[in-house]
Amino acid sequence: MDTLLPIQDRGGPAQPLLLATGLRKHFPVAGGLFGRTTKVVRAVDDLSLSVAKGETLGVVGESGCGKSTVARLLIRLLKPDKGTMVLDGDPVDEPHGITVNELRRQVQMVFQDSYASLNPRLTIAETLAFAPRAHGLPAAEARERVRDLLSKVGLDPANYATRYPHELSGGQRQRVNIARALALRPRLIILDEAVSALDKSVEAQVLNMLVDLKTELDLTYVFISHDLNVVQYLSDRVLVMYLGKIVELGPVEAIYGNPQHPYTRALLSARPSMDPRKRTHEAPIQGDPPNPIDPPSGCRFRTRCPFAEDVCARVEPPLADAQFQAVACHMRVAGSGHSKAMAA
Amino acid sequence: MTNMLQVRDLHVTFVTPDRTVHAVNGVSFDLARGETLGILGESGSGKSVTLRSILRLHPEHRTRWSGSIKLEGDEILDMAPRALSDLRGQRVSMIFQEPATAFDPVFTIGQQIAETVRRHTGKSETESMKRAKDLLEMVRIPSPAQRLKAYPHEMSGGMRQRAMIALALSCNPTLLLADEPTTALDATVQIQVLLLIRELQREFNLGVIFVTHDIGVAVEVSDRIGVMYAGKLVEMAPVERMVDAPQHPYSRGLLASTVHDGMRGQRLESIPGAPPDLAEVPSGCSFAPRCKFVRPDCTTAVPALRDIEAAHAVRCVLAA
Repeated sequence: MDTLLPIQDRGGPAQPLLLATGLRKHFPVAGGLFGRTTKVVRAVDDLSLSVAKGETLGVVGESGCGKSTVARLLIRLLKPDKGTMVLDGDPVDEPHGITVNELRRQVQMVFQDSYASLNPRLTIAETLAFAPRAHGLPAAEARERVRDLLSKVGLDPANYATRYPHELSGGQRQRVNIARALALRPRLIILDEAVSALDKSVEAQVLNMLVDLKTELDLTYVFISHDLNVVQYLSDRVLVMYLGKIVELGPVEAIYGNPQHPYTRALLSARPSMDPRKRTHEAPIQGDPPNPIDPPSGCRFRTRCPFAEDVCARVEPPLADAQFQAVACHMRVAGSGHSKAMAA
Repeated sequence: MTNMLQVRDLHVTFVTPDRTVHAVNGVSFDLARGETLGILGESGSGKSVTLRSILRLHPEHRTRWSGSIKLEGDEILDMAPRALSDLRGQRVSMIFQEPATAFDPVFTIGQQIAETVRRHTGKSETESMKRAKDLLEMVRIPSPAQRLKAYPHEMSGGMRQRAMIALALSCNPTLLLADEPTTALDATVQIQVLLLIRELQREFNLGVIFVTHDIGVAVEVSDRIGVMYAGKLVEMAPVERMVDAPQHPYSRGLLASTVHDGMRGQRLESIPGAPPDLAEVPSGCSFAPRCKFVRPDCTTAVPALRDIEAAHAVRCVLAA
């Protein structure tokens, strides 16, 4: 079996590349007497999403909203407490499905910290050849692949293959991390704050490169970031998270052009303006995001929402279709009992 | 407006047995009372080193300075240790990027603010604590009386940053130095803290130097913006002018490569290459190796920071 040819598409373009249903991840917090579990961080709660072939799905949210937990669940660095995943028609980690190892060949990840992501004792060539060699690629072919990968990410193989991570700049290291993610010819790459630590002039170089690689290699991206401008630039669809839940999900034009959820609106208008004549004069919402330990009942955003009513504390709003996007807000559910909702 | 702070030809070099870093190479600027100067630059541009020099926070034994930093006529680079302690906190204060590490974890917020008030004003313990409570109220921390007894880890990131601002303003300084104070905060919290800084700056007529890598943030708070590259100011202009008509190729590239609304689908303009190593002082313009307009005379001498019009100075041979 040659594991390292590009993977053939199986279900056709209409079948989602990755389908996750009802994912849940809670982290117990040890505390109290004898280190008993007293509290639970509800990092991701009943989250379902699909990633279409060839698209870029952007995931935005503030710290503690669970976006990185979602990334780790999708590539199974964390085992979900509940929920299922299907990769191009194959259930993951189930009888008759594909194994977690196979999932990780097809789904790769790039992390924020470019230095911590690389083994400091391996040269760049050794790092890039590691996975192909482990998958049985002969040494000569692996060397060839390393050269190919380095040129793909814009690093001259003759110059960089024998260097160590500490000899590279942050931007160059992140290029190596992207090359490593490409080494097994995956179909989906999860970029978890992959450009957040880079300087702006370097960030632009890497973003341009990501766009090129996507077309060239027929890739699909899940792009996780706290930077709303970068997500808007890169994504086809955007998923907005708040305290472990999806609050809004839809095409990028709808989310940025006509946001429906009060949190999405606040998040977008909290962006600093690039025009000194249009400065922000009032913060869209007050306070910090609450602790994901013991999130508020009902709608988790209600404690900061200017429109919160009784129903928001009692009932958790479902993620319901509204125009072009899906929104989890009682104001958008007919007959929900919220005074701003339409009658049923 | 009179200039409260004058920085002239500041050079800062860090010397260790195996390496010398020329972090700041001839920075000059003025700051007026009540003015906010934003210093914009990427990592390693020398923006934080410049800022910290104003409080002389660098380790004395491996830092070499030259030039002059005058605050209301007093030379900071010549100050004796005692004068320096009086300067820090009382006349000049600083807020940092990471409030979690700027506070001492084993004392309450109230104790830490009150201690500073006592040190600089000689007030009693009760009076200092009362002042601390007023300060927390001033930075709009809800239920300040209870928050005085909170330890830093018990507060959220936004609250800690507010508490640090309270601490910084506890002794009525005239100059506030801000080193990326909102970078670690979430988007919805960042804007609250920016507005707070802007409001307090006006209320107390503070001079503020705000160092950031984020153009949007600099535009929100600054009256003037200085752009730093490789330890030098390459451009300085009023904020509107900097956004509308940046002149230095680096400032232009930086603004063009920053992703904002409406750039979807467009190819981003990027600056090729990476900032230079600061082990040596370059003989010409430090941006020349990355500049697409480079000419032979760019590498022969360091271009001067010249005024191309009132309050707009550019360090480039091409600027007219």
